[in-house]
Amino acid sequence: MAEFLQFLISGLTVGAVYALVALGFTLIYNASGVVNFAQGEFVMLGGMVTVFASAAGVPLVLAAFIAVVVAVVIGLLLHRLAIEPARGASAVTLIIITIGASILFRGIAAIIFDKQFHKLPGFTGETPIDILGAAVQPQSFWVLGGAAVVVVALYVFLEHTLLGKAVLATAANRLAARLVGINTTTIMALAFGGSAAIGAIAGILVTPITLTSYDVGTLLALKGFAAAMLGGMGNPVGAVVGGLLLGLLEAFGAGYLSSTYKDAFAFLVILIVLFVAPQGLFGRRVVERV
Amino acid sequence: MTILKATDIGISFGGVKAVDGVSFSVSPGQILSIIGPNGAGKTTLFNIVSGIYAASRGTIHLADEDVTGLSPHKLAARGLSRTFQNLQIFQRMTACENVMVGRHLREKCSLLPALFRTPSVTRQNRETRAAALDLLAYVGLKDVADVPAGSLPYGACKRLEIARALAAEPRVLLLDEPAAGCNAVETEEIDHLIRQVADRGVAVVLVEHDMKLVMKISDRILVLERGRPLAEGTPREVRDDPKVLEAYLGQHGAREAARA
Amino acid sequence: MGALLNQRFLTLAVLAVVIAVLPFVFPSSYYFRVASLVWVSALAAIGLNILMGQAGQVSLGHAAFFGIGAYAVAIGPTHLGIPPWAALLIGAALSAVLAYLVGRPILRLKGHYLAIATLGLGVLVALVISTESGWTGGPDGMPVERLTLFGWRVSGSYTWYWVTGALLLVGTWIALNLDETPTGRAFRALHDSEVAAQVVGVDVARFKLQAFVIAAVYASIAGSALAFMNGFINPDQAGFLHSVELVTIVVLGGLGSVVGSIVGAVVLVTLPQALTMFHEYEHLLLGLIIVVSMIFMRNGIVPSLSGLFLRRARS
Repeated sequence: MAEFLQFLISGLTVGAVYALVALGFTLIYNASGVVNFAQGEFVMLGGMVTVFASAAGVPLVLAAFIAVVVAVVIGLLLHRLAIEPARGASAVTLIIITIGASILFRGIAAIIFDKQFHKLPGFTGETPIDILGAAVQPQSFWVLGGAAVVVVALYVFLEHTLLGKAVLATAANRLAARLVGINTTTIMALAFGGSAAIGAIAGILVTPITLTSYDVGTLLALKGFAAAMLGGMGNPVGAVVGGLLLGLLEAFGAGYLSSTYKDAFAFLVILIVLFVAPQGLFGRRVVERV
Repeated sequence: MTILKATDIGISFGGVKAVDGVSFSVSPGQILSIIGPNGAGKTTLFNIVSGIYAASRGTIHLADEDVTGLSPHKLAARGLSRTFQNLQIFQRMTACENVMVGRHLREKCSLLPALFRTPSVTRQNRETRAAALDLLAYVGLKDVADVPAGSLPYGACKRLEIARALAAEPRVLLLDEPAAGCNAVETEEIDHLIRQVADRGVAVVLVEHDMKLVMKISDRILVLERGRPLAEGTPREVRDDPKVLEAYLGQHGAREAARA
Repeated sequence: MGALLNQRFLTLAVLAVVIAVLPFVFPSSYYFRVASLVWVSALAAIGLNILMGQAGQVSLGHAAFFGIGAYAVAIGPTHLGIPPWAALLIGAALSAVLAYLVGRPILRLKGHYLAIATLGLGVLVALVISTESGWTGGPDGMPVERLTLFGWRVSGSYTWYWVTGALLLVGTWIALNLDETPTGRAFRALHDSEVAAQVVGVDVARFKLQAFVIAAVYASIAGSALAFMNGFINPDQAGFLHSVELVTIVVLGGLGSVVGSIVGAVVLVTLPQALTMFHEYEHLLLGLIIVVSMIFMRNGIVPSLSGLFLRRARS
């Protein structure tokens, strides 16, 4: 039981991070149709900027805030300088552009920061809390709570603000959104800025647990993309569920079956899910019109 | 002698019955037109008959064989070909290559000879190209044979689709609005073309909004309204059917037409 | 037709001349090594381009097949006593079989779903390779026995330059052959409109699968060649980043262009070598060059440039 609980909590913690990355993917994908493989770099920036700012003596909260701002600026620049000029290019061209951007960001981070692993102290200490025999790091609660706050905030924004509805309208039909007077370019910029912020927050929350370095982004982008597809591309709820599911699969697979093959379980399950449901778990089935 | 027979076809999307209890049959050399207001289910019916959608009920027989639910390429192999209302041409290929793809079923298509380009592949290529050029000439597109299809005007693409469908040497040809967006002269040409195709013994099923064209060349007409069959008969019978007039012109218009 | 035939021969002739002439200007064996690396990458990319550029199906896990080819020639002779040349063929056959078995369900997926499924396949293969260290040497990699053909021991960067160059020529020839055949046309047709291809009788599932198998065999042979050439192999060759590199070569050079894949390989293989002089700025510049060239040549280097020349020539 204690073991089960241990795996459950660590799976949910990692899953919450995947969910945030997947949410970032989904936001950008819905607004612009771009699959942004530089999404993991926002997570890296969140962690690295916080680490280096707090090492320079900035209080942790302020350092975290700076990190989010930096990520948002980078996200906006990515949209303005790389995605916007390539408007109308094929999906695969845009993917290569974001991959190029991720290499570029990694290169910049390696120069400005360094190539070492870095750690942040846990926000509220590092003494494990005992829950029914499972030793849980306090930071896990920060990750879970933080992710929940982000998800709720995003939900409220999308469903209850005019701007949020404009984002949804753009996601549903870009041309129609433009026709009713929505500035879709602004919406796209907003999506890039927003998902950069979400990524950075994930990075800040998880760094005390998993450490960070200039190149943690690739694996996170891969997992986040996988989570988004598992849930069904373009569906925010699917992204969150997909992320948590992926984290749980990894934790339980590693715990009960084989830790070396933990990534394998996740991808095996994804392959099986896609064979059965080619649109992901929550994806819409589309009837092709001809 | 019936070659294509659809019986009691039905399909629904999200609870809406797009096609509901439609039956028709067509014989070699015959032209059957399916008409009806927008949203009557004509294209959906075509998509079912050509295997793109799976019907929720009903059966389709092609030359006395039950072909219900077969995939499009298997139906093509049994002699059914079609064109599309919204163009489905191979944009990045030349006009000639488009028609050559239409010859796919008539070509030997084994992989190894293709990889090493044996003389037989080269010979077959020459034959296919010659056949494709003939068809392009037949639909009046010989001059643009080597132009990328994506850069052809709309009317030319419509005829290119017909040529591609004919290249498969079908026994049944489904044409979805072949004259849409064409001017009077082009419509006239397509009219001739369809008649010629039917005279060669091909069974033609036509969906078309141009009533002049439909009335002129159809042997039989099936009228659909909201997915259901409304009337069927010769052009004259259909034209004089008050139900059809009402569906097309509304009650008021039908009274006007009756007075005229 | 005549023009096309000529273009095909012209491409092959130019490539042959380039391969034959380069040794005269290469100052050191280092250049032979880099050029061989280009030929091998180009070979894998040409195969992937048949899948992506012709048939329009994306694969984000193609390095898996590269890895299978590479590890086949490493494991076969070392652990099983299979002659190296036979191990190459067995690797290619294994790749083909895996592509055939996995391709059937995977290729029903479209767009990003296909991307994640192939990516998953790649991750799984790479994981098996780096975990089963008893066979593969694990993350550290393993040595590869030298290739011997009829008593001739194939070794040295000069020799491998010619062997890989010849492989590339054959690979280019086959890819160019395929273009103008019923199979090649079926690939391009299903890329443009699956539904239209189906209604003229193209068995879309079968041809997607053929393209996938062909691409897998190309990658496998390229992987075997690299393993022989280096005399050493590690799991990175099968990893996600190598898959991404192959896709980048194809897209950067130009989807659907055989010459594009070669040019893409030249750029993406030599660039990091050239950029090493900028030390730590290497990644930064590589990323920047990829982004900028994709923005300004969105159809890829070769199609964009040839389009430019054609317009110039006309005006």
